[in-house]
Amino acid sequence: MIDDGKPIFQQIAEQIENDIISGALAEESQVPSTNEFASFHRINPATAGKGVTLLVDDGILYKKRGIGMFVAAGARERLLAKRRESFRTDYVLPLITEAKKLGISPAQLSQLLTDEGEPS
Amino acid sequence: MTDTTAVVEVSGLTKRFGDVTALDDIDLTIPPGAITGLLGRNGAGKTTFMQTVTGQDFATAGEIRVFGENPVENAHVLSRISFIKESQKYPDEFKPKHVFTCAPWFYENWDADFAARLIDDFQLPVNRRIKKLSRGQLSAVGVIVGLASRAPLTFFDEPYLGLDAVARQIFYDRLLEDYAENPRTIILSTHLIDEVANILEHIVVIDRGRILMDESAEQARESATTVVGPRGAVDAFVANRRVLHREGVGGLASVTIERLDADERQDAVRAGLELAPVSLQQLIVRKTNATAADYAEQEA
Repeated sequence: MIDDGKPIFQQIAEQIENDIISGALAEESQVPSTNEFASFHRINPATAGKGVTLLVDDGILYKKRGIGMFVAAGARERLLAKRRESFRTDYVLPLITEAKKLGISPAQLSQLLTDEGEPS
Repeated sequence: MTDTTAVVEVSGLTKRFGDVTALDDIDLTIPPGAITGLLGRNGAGKTTFMQTVTGQDFATAGEIRVFGENPVENAHVLSRISFIKESQKYPDEFKPKHVFTCAPWFYENWDADFAARLIDDFQLPVNRRIKKLSRGQLSAVGVIVGLASRAPLTFFDEPYLGLDAVARQIFYDRLLEDYAENPRTIILSTHLIDEVANILEHIVVIDRGRILMDESAEQARESATTVVGPRGAVDAFVANRRVLHREGVGGLASVTIERLDADERQDAVRAGLELAPVSLQQLIVRKTNATAADYAEQEA
């Protein structure tokens, strides 16, 4: 689940984000503690803490003193907006690079995308 | 009262055995409250470092401060240290249960319930004579003492000789759980770098008695990248960079270089190159080899 390509704390933050986007973590619900994340992913608690802090700084999570971390209201919508922005660099550009390598023309590529179904 | 003094701090630490220099003018501060990996090849100086820092051996030169004091013959310091060695000797007639009975005399934070749970986890026969234990069971005795002692400063020197993969996983899991609840300074020396990479917060690599790396695990993970692609394109991209490792097959080259920033990464991708991460273990192997090559060049 953890790979070497990215800083681990960033991967932890992204996994929490994914859970918020998918609805597995609802807004205003409590997220697992740093220690729970650490023991689940078998990583250093400081690293897990850094991932959670990243989301607190972004306003995605907020802290209730003495209780724990919660998903902020509006977090899901903000994450979707952010992910749409990075969709081009993260997915579209690599797709085009690979298509060029294989000699797939832009027209063929766009036909492929249409055939595979439009995003719902 | 919080104690902000560095837990372990050495400067100019040198240790010679005859004409062998085991530690060569080392300056090092171990971050308090973190799990630090002390890594390096056999004979690099890891055990000597731990021996001198725990007052079990005298330094030839340099200064050592543990909890702000000189550790040698210093009960005030040594009572807060747990040092689990690779081959701990016990009296001949001792059984594991005797070890666990004695442990609380030396460790004020000893948690007998935790020790009992660990004995269960490792399925350690506590009534068998220690000489009759398997190598793995003997290692389990040390691991249990190291964890249940909850010493503010705990050293594990290659603690798991003979422990199988299942037992090692138990060790890592219990270590992480207990450390999360009872944070303390832990120094773990091991050759199984890939296994411990994610549980370390800081890493120190010793090579030929000197410090080769001293940085956060996160920094280390980002400190190198492997560039893969057609030989010509790779060579053009890595020109004027320090190459840590190079390999290739046919027209394909794979070269490990130091950290790239975001712009450089984009340049590489545009040049049709692939970027692959370098695991902590690969990084250390490559840095050690690159340094060995530098030494060889100096001597030539």
